[in-house]
Amino acid sequence: MEIFGVPSALFGSQLLIGLINGSFYAILSLGLAIIFGLLNIINFAHGAQYMMGAFVAWIALTKFGINYWVALLLSPILIGALGVVLERTMLRKLYKLDHLYGLLLTFGLALIFEGVFRDQYGISGQAYEVPDALKGGVNLGFMFMPIYRGWVVVAALAVCFGTWFMIEKTKLGAYLRAGTENPQIVQALGINVPLLITFTYGYGVALAAFAGVLAAPIYQVSPQMGANLIIVVFAVVVIGGMGSIMGSIVTGLGLGLIEGLTRVFYPEASAVVVFFIMVIVLLVRPAGLFGKAA
Amino acid sequence: MHTKKLLSAACTAALALLATGAQAQISGNTVKIGVLTDMSGTYSDLAGPGAVLATQMAIEDFIAKEKPAFKVEMVSADHQNKADIASNKAREWFEREGVDTATELVTTSTALAVMKVAKEMNRVALMSGPASTPITNEQCNDVTVHYTYDTYALANGTAKAVTQQGGKNWFFLTADYAFGQSLEKDSSAVVVANGGKVVGSVRHPFPASDFSSFLLQAQASNAQIIGLANAGADTTNAIKQAAEFGITPKQQLAGLLMFISDVHSLGLKNAQGMYLTTGFYWDLNDETRAWSKRFFDKQRRMPTMVQAGQYSSVLHYLKAVKAAGSDEAPKVMAQMKKTPINDFFAKNGQIREDGRMIHDMYLVQVKKPDESKYPWDYYHVKQVIPAAEAFQPLALSRCPLVKK
Repeated sequence: MEIFGVPSALFGSQLLIGLINGSFYAILSLGLAIIFGLLNIINFAHGAQYMMGAFVAWIALTKFGINYWVALLLSPILIGALGVVLERTMLRKLYKLDHLYGLLLTFGLALIFEGVFRDQYGISGQAYEVPDALKGGVNLGFMFMPIYRGWVVVAALAVCFGTWFMIEKTKLGAYLRAGTENPQIVQALGINVPLLITFTYGYGVALAAFAGVLAAPIYQVSPQMGANLIIVVFAVVVIGGMGSIMGSIVTGLGLGLIEGLTRVFYPEASAVVVFFIMVIVLLVRPAGLFGKAA
Repeated sequence: MHTKKLLSAACTAALALLATGAQAQISGNTVKIGVLTDMSGTYSDLAGPGAVLATQMAIEDFIAKEKPAFKVEMVSADHQNKADIASNKAREWFEREGVDTATELVTTSTALAVMKVAKEMNRVALMSGPASTPITNEQCNDVTVHYTYDTYALANGTAKAVTQQGGKNWFFLTADYAFGQSLEKDSSAVVVANGGKVVGSVRHPFPASDFSSFLLQAQASNAQIIGLANAGADTTNAIKQAAEFGITPKQQLAGLLMFISDVHSLGLKNAQGMYLTTGFYWDLNDETRAWSKRFFDKQRRMPTMVQAGQYSSVLHYLKAVKAAGSDEAPKVMAQMKKTPINDFFAKNGQIREDGRMIHDMYLVQVKKPDESKYPWDYYHVKQVIPAAEAFQPLALSRCPLVKK
């Protein structure tokens, strides 16, 4: 059977691959959306933080023998803590200024982080093995599905929806949202708003590091892995609507699917299809698909 | 007092002239070598700082052994893989800093840009890093030497060997830019010429990180061989993901351009069994091992063919300057072309009139993890491809310098 001239097996497998890539986009754009939505900072260091997350997992394994499962927890904690330090020492001073200052500062930080890792480990990247429990794959009939990729989708979606739930449905999330709307009043109610904001940035950064650990067994762990991805992820955030939590998750997955299909029908365009959609969305709905018009 | 000073200055100048009489044609009595390479980008592991080190080693060895009457200096710069940066830097070096030769130039676009500037300024360009064949075909000139390898030799090595060993059906995974397309074209021709068939290809954006979609298309083609017409991180990611999706070992991969730095970063577990063509392997004989060990002691990595070729080309250049007694491009080029190259990198290597340095190439197969006995023990050398067979014959050259 064929769908638009493409064998259905290939079509089905590309949809699945699209979903897998989409879950990376979702988890990364979610982190960006939280940071932008609650802090008004365009975190250009997000790609570098994703890369560092992967490197922490690699270093933990090769230097200290710490396995994947521990790294999945350890790396976000370490890189998230680094995020907290950055927020306390640098970003905090920029909240009252234009968005551009935050963007420039985080862009500079990203260059520094990438430079340090390139200097230490070179550019070719390091190999990280798939953990034993997730090795191999299953034959789905239309494709061979590596178990690890399936796990990536499950883990990414669980973390995405857990985060959405925390922000939209819990008391802590309510404080967060209120604290960014009107910090004075929330502060007057006895809630430590600066601490909330620090926590938020740390959490957003930890999400990037988590995605980095998920990515390590699939891609070569390399200083440039984040830089290659970050522009697409920014496009996802813009399409979803800057700052919209649900928007970033849904668009992340959706654009992964569209990109996957483009690779079958017109592979040469697969690198630009996301930006093509971004242009159209911005023309029709300038605030993004899920964004609220300012 | 004033007259005395003038007189002594004149005497010193006269003495200096006498002393350097033999090298009167070497400008400023200094030969200055510019290393223009990728110091921080995609190709910095295979060229970059290692190529700068190789240049330094060549200069030190030349001075120690040949004891020239002139001085040798080196400058280096990062061309960031951008043609405009490369040509501006080369122009600045030639015009204002007295640089005699621009060397290395990984990335075809930078190489093509700099060889034009070198021609215009009448200086020598020594290319150890770039791969594309136009350098010695349509774009060739009389001041450029293409030293280490090119896409023709790569295709002629790997694609030929794999096809002759029974890998008749090919599918190409190609980086969608000039280099990938030229590698696919050269390799397809070799496959067909050896009785094979190309059943399809897919062009992926450059750079890409996720190859799963493209690999599934390659898988669906049922080709025996998936030819990777890409380089660096694209190749390593594609290989890693092919294993993940169970494509290898059912279908075989052929890396059409791979460096030892790629194999090192992939690890033998992922790269085992692959064939590749290289101009140099550190563990070939005592000579290559001795030089590579010196390189390793400083760089903590074994040299790639680009870095070894860089040493050899710079040394050959300096010897030619000494023998010609001049740093003028035509004289040095004439000397370089007439002298065979014999060092650890090349035996009886020779620079042809189109600027192509021809030397033996090696078809190697990546070892299995349990076959590797010591660090960087990565290759079985399967076949030595003689210089005359490895490179495009002069008869097929499209270089205007080659008289038809």
